[in-house]
Amino acid sequence: MITLNINGKEETLDAPEDMPILWALRDIVHLTGTKFGCGMAQCGACTVHLDGQPIRSCVTPVAAAVGKKITTIEDIQNDKVGKAVQEAWGEVDVVQCGYCQSGQIMAATALLTTNKNPTDADIDAAMSGNICRCGTYPRIRAAIHEAASKLA
Amino acid sequence: MTAPLNISRRTFIKATALVVGGLVIAFNIPNAKRFLLPGATAEKAGADASKLPAPNAFLRIGTDNTITVMLAHSEMGQSIWTTLPMLIAEELDADWSKIKVEHAKAAPEYVHTAYGIQITGGSSTTWSEFDRYRQAGALTRALLVAAAAEELGVAVETLQTENGFVISGDKKISYGELAETAAKLETPKAVTLKQPKDWKIIGKATKRLDGPEKINGTAIFGQDIHFEGLKTAMVARSPVFGGTVKSFDASAAKQIKGVQNVVQVPSGVAVIADGYWAAKQGRDALKVEWDLGANAGLDSQKMLEEYRSMAAKEGLPAAKAGDAQSAISKATKVIEAEYVLPYLAHSPMEPLNCAVKITDDGCEIWTGTQMQGTDQLSAAKILGLKPEQVKINTVFLGGGFGRRANPAADFVSEAVHVAKAAGVPVKTVWSREDDVKGGYYRPMFLHKAKIGLGADGLPVAWQHVEVGQSIMLGTPFEAFQIKDGVDATSVEGVADSPYIKAIADHHVSLHTVKSSIPVLWWRSVGHSHSAFAMESLIDELAHAAGKDSLEYRRTLLKDHPRHLAALNLAAEKANWGKALPKGVFRGIAVHESFGSYVAQVAEVSVNKGAVKVHRVVCAIDCGLSVNPDSLVAQMESSVSYGLGAALQSEITFKDGMVQQSNFNDYKVMRMADMPKVEVHIVPSTEKMGGVGEPAVPPIAPAVTNAIFAATGKRIRSLPIGDQLA
Repeated sequence: MITLNINGKEETLDAPEDMPILWALRDIVHLTGTKFGCGMAQCGACTVHLDGQPIRSCVTPVAAAVGKKITTIEDIQNDKVGKAVQEAWGEVDVVQCGYCQSGQIMAATALLTTNKNPTDADIDAAMSGNICRCGTYPRIRAAIHEAASKLA
Repeated sequence: MTAPLNISRRTFIKATALVVGGLVIAFNIPNAKRFLLPGATAEKAGADASKLPAPNAFLRIGTDNTITVMLAHSEMGQSIWTTLPMLIAEELDADWSKIKVEHAKAAPEYVHTAYGIQITGGSSTTWSEFDRYRQAGALTRALLVAAAAEELGVAVETLQTENGFVISGDKKISYGELAETAAKLETPKAVTLKQPKDWKIIGKATKRLDGPEKINGTAIFGQDIHFEGLKTAMVARSPVFGGTVKSFDASAAKQIKGVQNVVQVPSGVAVIADGYWAAKQGRDALKVEWDLGANAGLDSQKMLEEYRSMAAKEGLPAAKAGDAQSAISKATKVIEAEYVLPYLAHSPMEPLNCAVKITDDGCEIWTGTQMQGTDQLSAAKILGLKPEQVKINTVFLGGGFGRRANPAADFVSEAVHVAKAAGVPVKTVWSREDDVKGGYYRPMFLHKAKIGLGADGLPVAWQHVEVGQSIMLGTPFEAFQIKDGVDATSVEGVADSPYIKAIADHHVSLHTVKSSIPVLWWRSVGHSHSAFAMESLIDELAHAAGKDSLEYRRTLLKDHPRHLAALNLAAEKANWGKALPKGVFRGIAVHESFGSYVAQVAEVSVNKGAVKVHRVVCAIDCGLSVNPDSLVAQMESSVSYGLGAALQSEITFKDGMVQQSNFNDYKVMRMADMPKVEVHIVPSTEKMGGVGEPAVPPIAPAVTNAIFAATGKRIRSLPIGDQLA
């Protein structure tokens, strides 16, 4: 058994130590907002925050999260930056199929938390690990700028 | 578009809602040409729908004023979750905030109005439902008005509707309050549709109704399906297409904690476990000995050589006029070129998956599918059930691009086999590697052209040979798409090209390659390769003729106003001919597909062999645009999808096996490579076309034509990769 802090709640799970956080979230706690896309940190669909840092939960074992705080898309509205990002996503009408968007929002929130006014180059650097096959990139970029201006 | 419109009783049925209360509008079988697939029963399709239960409806009005719109098509990003309700809401004068949306189940009532099976594809949803969904709204409005007239004791003509209410002088009654009365009334024989000038919703940029749940993580995709007792399965499949299981040893797999069972299925060996992690570890531990079969020597380089030798001779004719060969011999100048495009995987963000629960009297399926029709028939056949005993719950698709519309129903059939063999409810999940290696690719194609130019530099003769696999061969669509050995989707964009058809002496032919590599339609189908060949060739001709590539196209397309409108708009907005920053060059392409005309101007620089696409100006004439913002989104999406493939994507084979495995080596578009996309819509009242695909075909040639302008190097094979290094 392993105890994880997920979205502010202590959860005790019957999970092996090497199980990636992604599968603990999805298959055990049934928080399915965090998505599986590649399983090898190539696409960013599984992005969650570990003590506020964006991580790829598909390759990060649960053992690495013990004593730390996991934040997922389901709780990011309670973060000031996360809420602004979600609102900007709605204003710009970013989503298409939507499958990658949880990861995009988590990555964008992490970016704006450390960089309040990112340039396009900053956005390229922070967001190029998150694939969107629908190609919502121009709107993601616009929504990040929008959120930054709202937070300023 | 201007009514009055007769409503056939066979088209619309009003049913009393047994489950929710209120008014339910169901549709019967549409009056459209249709081809029923083997196993679909005509009697069922024509059945009296008046006893349809609520879930078969297209539209429900609840006593709580909610309006639930059922989608006969699947939402996979293209925004029909919003566009189709807009059609109903327009005619119904509905309160947009009260609209709810659901995917319809698989049933004959929901077959495509033009294709005759339940399918989302061919960029066809909006035009094919434009009348049906508006009629549903108008009919419902008529019933609600009649109900209000009865309740108020006034004439129907004195009543108006607005924002979810019927209005009589200073009184207003909500639709919800009228729903039950309306449900008891006779269905009107005719309704009048609004004139376009009276539209308040159609043609207005409208935000997506599925936006909020996709932003807060609550939207449910197939991967997210969970219920008590559901197990996760992963299937070990042959590393070579057509290979079979010789033997397997499951002892190590069964040692993995959480692995419940290991069963053989037609496509391989399935590991059934509690969740993905155990299933994956189990599959990794599984030892399978394969009989690799006849394709163990498959090799992309050898295939290309074979394609080349085939292209040396004419194939089966797809279009011909005059005597191309003789005309070429008399031409002032002759241009010869070969264009090659690779196999491509669709790679939607959500890896394939399908949950199946087999019960005593049927089967229930949860999946994101573009083709409920064939999925239902395939599942029924495997289980010995009638199609109506297979209930398909369509959930959001994490991308489709054609991969989730498979005439072979591969991922659904496999999941049904696994659930049947395992004897428990199972969700079969593919890994990304399974997706990349799992086939159903856009086929590799080779185009070889020999074109004669006259003294004025314009083409006087055109010979064109294509070589590639057919996506229709062996499917239920074969009879409709393959004529005299030529798959229409292999030669679309060439055999019907306005450039070629205008030439008195032309010959287009096709060699269809037989292969066990599974192939399928990939966003924009045959146009995904033909536009690259055609629009590159036109650029080559313009260059050979010493003409500006825009002017050359204008001359050749002078009798094609919709091509011209898109071309001119894109050129104007891109400032064609005006100066660009140093090192930046333009390329242009125009192509018609799915009834829409798209032109793109790409601004590109090449620095030390690295291609950077800075901006794409895109113009489209698709006729009426129901939701202009979702149209813009589809243009952006298509540029991303097509450009990513053109720059980097390819599936290749060596020793029978696919050489790529995940996004590290099957490379796709990422943020840093995404250009600015500027979209302009041609104001048009022409016939409606699609928007999901038509902006994919022109992007590759627009970019490679710009690369030629920048470097003088003509890119004749995709992906561009490191060809400029």
